[in-house]
Amino acid sequence: MAGGTARARPTPTVAPRGTRRTGRTPVALLVPAILGLLFLVLPLAGLLVRTPWATLPQRLTEPGVLTALRLSVQTATLATLLCLLLGVPLAWLLARVQFPGRQLVRALVTVPLVLPPVVGGLALLLVFGRRGLVGSWLDSTFGVTVPFTTTAVVLAQAFVAMPFLIIAVEGALRGADTRYEEAAATLGAGRWTTFTHVTLPLVAPGIAAGAVLGWARALGEFGATITFAGNYPGRTQTMPVAVYLALETDLEAAIVLSLILLTVSVVILAGLRDRWASAP
Amino acid sequence: MTRTRLRTALTALALLVVTGCADDRADPAATGAGNGGELTVFAAASLRESFTRLGQDFEAAQGVRVTFNFAGSSALAAQINQGAPADVFAAAAPANMATVVDAGNSDGEPVTFARNQLVIAVPRGNPDGVTALSDLTKPDAKVAVCAEQVPCGAAARKALDAAGVALTPVTLEQDVRAALNKVRLGEVDAALVYRTDVRAAADDVDGIEFPESTGAVNDYPIVVLKDADHPAAARAFVDHVNSDTGRAVLTAAGFQVP
Repeated sequence: MAGGTARARPTPTVAPRGTRRTGRTPVALLVPAILGLLFLVLPLAGLLVRTPWATLPQRLTEPGVLTALRLSVQTATLATLLCLLLGVPLAWLLARVQFPGRQLVRALVTVPLVLPPVVGGLALLLVFGRRGLVGSWLDSTFGVTVPFTTTAVVLAQAFVAMPFLIIAVEGALRGADTRYEEAAATLGAGRWTTFTHVTLPLVAPGIAAGAVLGWARALGEFGATITFAGNYPGRTQTMPVAVYLALETDLEAAIVLSLILLTVSVVILAGLRDRWASAP
Repeated sequence: MTRTRLRTALTALALLVVTGCADDRADPAATGAGNGGELTVFAAASLRESFTRLGQDFEAAQGVRVTFNFAGSSALAAQINQGAPADVFAAAAPANMATVVDAGNSDGEPVTFARNQLVIAVPRGNPDGVTALSDLTKPDAKVAVCAEQVPCGAAARKALDAAGVALTPVTLEQDVRAALNKVRLGEVDAALVYRTDVRAAADDVDGIEFPESTGAVNDYPIVVLKDADHPAAARAFVDHVNSDTGRAVLTAAGFQVP
């Protein structure tokens, strides 16, 4: 739906990207590219080498594993939705609206990237905890406490994942041709209509990329989760937390859990990619 | 053209090297390497206060610099078995020590130098009036316990079973200090932690002793490692921990000594 509108836009003068080839691939690019790939993939090979294949099926069927996996996929998806809901408008604000202190806000958005996740979790406790700035009010007014709940897991994941989405979407917005938006405005469309009918379809691939990044980051989140949400099977024990605790006693179990998480995420991401095959 | 290529390749190489170095530095195990007159002691996180004290005494008496790597016992055991340069290993549980001994990385048999007992940590002044383990099962009580994969969690399990108390904690924390911090932050009403942890955080928390904890006491073993760079100094340090001074420091921190 959204992608269809984006593709229907008038094609610029240059030939479609990726079809032009001039000469052979420069060695100066190829060598570091291959080194980069090795650097990223070798640790995975390290895990595969140590995987206890013989006991793999038996470990896969352990009940705690599926519970943690389900919780991880659910919370990461919810966190991504929360990021989309709040992050896309924020990215739009940063890219399209001039306001004083915009540079500062842009820098503040990246704070969760720099903050060690454990500190992020502590910061969330100090805000949403039972004695936190917002949490104490929630507790006294509604009798609601956030820490140690699945909600806390989603909040922790959204906190660390949102910057990835915002940066991707803001980049897409700034790279997008604003003449379409201007044309829409000239034709009498309000800013909201322009946003939903022109801007969003235009940057849909950027939003998709940001959502994928955010989802992946949320799925792997550990530090903020264990600090803010704690660890309880079925409620707050996500796969990364289960992996960390397995490492305390059983290296092989930790490797198996990591592989399961990796496989599931790769399968899901590859599946989504096929669906969005038209996106660059 | 060639120069650009060379520069790119060099940059890539430099990046690799930098990343490698950064990794080395991030690994606390590597910090002790290459320092001639330094003794490297890997010790359980709960020993931080007492061993830091003992290390200072030892430095003053023997003129040997002591560096510590405090972390979870299982992480330390894994680091040692992966070849981390350490002279002495002090663990918070015999199981973690056994990992190192079984891998053939110890020099001689470990000796138990301290014991640690669980207490109920509550916010200072005990606002909920906790007096026994059974108080923690009240419907509104939020309690943090260590995960069973770490020593304090295994001890808590034993104590709760011995007491016949069916406790449902809100969280199973990854280590004892994390459980204690949840009490300090006011996020839970109580946590099962070691007496030494309560002693170290006496400004914020009170410790409630409970009889069932005697059935779940943790032994702390210490050993000189096979690949120690300074075996003599390492043996001297172990002796120092077991000396009257050592025992006094450990007792003051809340440990029991054999």
